[in-house]
Amino acid sequence: MGKTLYEKVWEAHEVRKLRSGQSQLFIDLHLLHEVTSPQAFGMLKDLGLRVRYPHRTFATVDHIVPTHDRTEPFQDPLAQSMLEALRQNTREHGITFFDLGSGNQGIVHVIGPQLGLTQPGMTIACGDSHTSTHGAFGAVAFGIGTSQVRDVLATQTLAAQKLKVRRINIEGKLSPGVYAKDVILHIIRHLGVKGGLGYAYEYGGSAVEAMDMESRMTLCNMSIEGGARIGYVNPDETTFAYLEGRPYSPKGAEWEEAKRRWKSFASDPDATYHDVVTFRAEEIPPTVTWGINPGQAVPIDGRIPLLEELPPEERPVAEEALAYMGLKPGQPIKGVPIQVAFIGSCTNARLSDLREVARYLKGHQVKKGVRALVVPGSEWVAKKAEEEGIAEVFREAGFEWRNPGCSMCLAMNPDRLQGDELAASSSNRNYKGRMGSPKGRTVLMSPLMVAAAAVAGEIADAREVFGIGR
Amino acid sequence: MLEKFTTIRGRAVPLRGEDIDTDRIIPARFMKVLTFEGLGKYLFYDERFDEKGEPKPHPLNDPRYQGASILLVEAGFGSGSSREHAPQAIKRAGFRAIVGESFAEIFFGNATAIGLPCVTLAPEDLAVLFQAVEGNPDLEVEVDLVNKEVRFGGRTAPLFIPEEAREALVEGLWDPIGELLQAGELLDEFDRRLPYPRRSE
Repeated sequence: MGKTLYEKVWEAHEVRKLRSGQSQLFIDLHLLHEVTSPQAFGMLKDLGLRVRYPHRTFATVDHIVPTHDRTEPFQDPLAQSMLEALRQNTREHGITFFDLGSGNQGIVHVIGPQLGLTQPGMTIACGDSHTSTHGAFGAVAFGIGTSQVRDVLATQTLAAQKLKVRRINIEGKLSPGVYAKDVILHIIRHLGVKGGLGYAYEYGGSAVEAMDMESRMTLCNMSIEGGARIGYVNPDETTFAYLEGRPYSPKGAEWEEAKRRWKSFASDPDATYHDVVTFRAEEIPPTVTWGINPGQAVPIDGRIPLLEELPPEERPVAEEALAYMGLKPGQPIKGVPIQVAFIGSCTNARLSDLREVARYLKGHQVKKGVRALVVPGSEWVAKKAEEEGIAEVFREAGFEWRNPGCSMCLAMNPDRLQGDELAASSSNRNYKGRMGSPKGRTVLMSPLMVAAAAVAGEIADAREVFGIGR
Repeated sequence: MLEKFTTIRGRAVPLRGEDIDTDRIIPARFMKVLTFEGLGKYLFYDERFDEKGEPKPHPLNDPRYQGASILLVEAGFGSGSSREHAPQAIKRAGFRAIVGESFAEIFFGNATAIGLPCVTLAPEDLAVLFQAVEGNPDLEVEVDLVNKEVRFGGRTAPLFIPEEAREALVEGLWDPIGELLQAGELLDEFDRRLPYPRRSE
């Protein structure tokens, strides 16, 4: 009987069964950032414990970093104290820390893959829900809370409950102007924000196999928005090609051995799943949200649903969303004015995202009155984008080119919406108040769609704005 | 010794709304802290207070529900960010159990690991409980993890909670750190065997 990658990785990492019935799971790689770790180090200290395997732990700073002026001390003393705490904790425990200016600082889910820290068959944990991103490599990667960060620091293990596995096939070929971000918004729109509760999502099918690694990361990143704890793609030649030569990737003789091992983790052709769902790639349009959760989404040329079109249980949240967003049932989403355009976040701030946008943005101008920001995912991405002339394309178009960090996505730094501004955003959450203003509004979409909205000054179809394919 | 959760008794606050995310439970700007102490006062801050810090109508601001120790919620509670700050804020605001229709995975795990039981009721039972509490804020509600039922106003409704979590709470094993540490040298064997990222110079 065939097994899924999830089952194989689980079995290889199960230390023992716990009295509670949960499993004690060994964690190969632990990633830390400044927001969810200080309390964990505090608990460790209270218990008189040390970090058990510091060589398996890597840290960076991303959530609270100002993206405009990074001169220290930061203007926000609370942010500065969090950075200092992480510096102190990593120094004291011998943990590798990619500090500001190291060349490797960035959003934790951007630098893990970029450095080759993230590898197939691994278990990965991080005190951040978007750890699901690393599943793109065929790793089992989950977001954890701070008490669990403490557990991993002290024991390199977690108490965990095994999930069911849902296979999600995307078959066929994506249309021009349609990206992984549209695919995941489409999936969540159809399966719901609670659809993945109790499941790991395995993404496959010809459209996923054809995706590059950074697209797969976008797909896995938002598994959590679909209610799934983790998402993954089976490792293949695309995965290996991406990892080859990265700073922390195996080298020489170890490389061939690693590839053999990694391949062995891929789901068997006859693996059984608890559930299988299939979507046709050609039927996936550029998709944008209209509400206050990522499942409230429509095709760009669609209309906001009428309440009576929705299942009764979804109507109260829809009404709440319409009131908050200032939108009407039945209204086209295209043409809604925006005040802010944000390209960044762990979903979409990678080099390939910026390259793709720059390719079309060249020669266009951000509409007057729109505040447009592009925040690269890491210092490395920023440097490459400068070298390739991508940064200049953004600047010439009227975007502000910022330093790497989480920025507006959750607004724990100075980048935030004001009042009830509406942002076209490549981030992952359109929750009430998410972008830092209790009344601020977020419309999620692909980076290219954000650029189109910035140019048009309203929610727009990138295929029309940039003359793609139709 | 950890506290053993068998029956939690108290008044309840009805908090309506589906898919309430952890950003709403505790907005990100209140996470710029090095400890969890004091987070209770920021619970649902943007829903409870306007820009000037003046209270808005909200069940948690309603004097009739002051001192309640059970939080009633609907479906998909705690979705979104993995921030443990969310269950920590609920616990530090004085709540000892959450009763709802369904919970997001990470939130449920975080809450259980800090000794904050999250139990679910069938939708029809939950609806009755909401109405009962809204009709009578003084109603005493009992969450009985031993007999797996919620009792209120002469009624009894079966509660659901994954058996592992239930046992962990009832037996006082909800914080797994002690048991994880007991694996001792077994961990070294895993560390030796499983590859880890290495920068080869």
